[in-house]
Amino acid sequence: MDEKTIFDAIRETVAERTDANMDDIKMESTFRELGIDSLDTVELLMNLEDKLGVTIEVDKKLETVKDLVDFIAAL
Amino acid sequence: MLSGKVSVVTGASRGIGKAVALKLASLGSAVAVVYHGNSDKAEETVREITEKYSVKAISYKADVSSYEETKELARKIKEDFTRIDILVNNAGIVKDGLIAMMSEESFSSVIDTNLKGTFNMIRHTVPMMLRQKEGRIVNISSVSAIIGNPGQANYSASKAGIIGLTKSAAKELAAKNITVNAVAPGFIRTDMTENIGEDNPLVQMIPLKRFGKADEVADAVAFLATSSYITGEVLKVDGGIAM
Repeated sequence: MDEKTIFDAIRETVAERTDANMDDIKMESTFRELGIDSLDTVELLMNLEDKLGVTIEVDKKLETVKDLVDFIAAL
Repeated sequence: MLSGKVSVVTGASRGIGKAVALKLASLGSAVAVVYHGNSDKAEETVREITEKYSVKAISYKADVSSYEETKELARKIKEDFTRIDILVNNAGIVKDGLIAMMSEESFSSVIDTNLKGTFNMIRHTVPMMLRQKEGRIVNISSVSAIIGNPGQANYSASKAGIIGLTKSAAKELAAKNITVNAVAPGFIRTDMTENIGEDNPLVQMIPLKRFGKADEVADAVAFLATSSYITGEVLKVDGGIAM
């Protein structure tokens, strides 16, 4: 899957779950500053699984949007 | 009360698990009957559920101590029932022995089935509950976890571990409308306790002066599975042993 598809899906999902504006969600944004705590991450990943049709099993800490994009792109 | 709901009960071919499966079915829930050893007995549970309560029931063979098997199990149950509302982690084994002579295998296998098995099942069913934004988990611990029991270092450690697991999971999942509780049975008359007679001095330690019945544990499980404002609780069903 290409990075742009993943990045857009993440932006969309984060925007749906928080007050953040899609344009304000950058590659370097951290989930913490976007208002996503570690418990919310689980739901975020599940929404992404539904949206992208992949299974995401993360066993390491992902701090920024880029971390997650890279992780999914490598699947 | 549980019409339209789907319950998963591990170790449901006999004993407490079977009583729990029947109880939840009597309240209208469909039941996934998970077993490891005895397929005839599991089929008997399925038959009793469908004949008595006319709800859907299917048996599944799985070793709960296996991360991969439980992952596949959750997938199959989802395929057959489309959802999971209630998970009862009951599957458990005993390998009693004095600690000074206990083998590594005895310790590890009891921890793997009882404690890791509970984790494995929660791990693979919680994503479904999170998607549904609702779930009830009841883990079967033991009074042996609370007061200890000579000859059961492995078993009581595993069951005490379940209490910690229950409380952490309860705090993690509370905001997602998933409750996690434990039931701690005392001496219950099942195959697991068949070697302890009613004349055993242990019975004299029980304020109610008798063994409990599997049905009496099932009532407590059903209570927690239908409660919406109790989480992280350990409910003893022990005739008063651990007051």
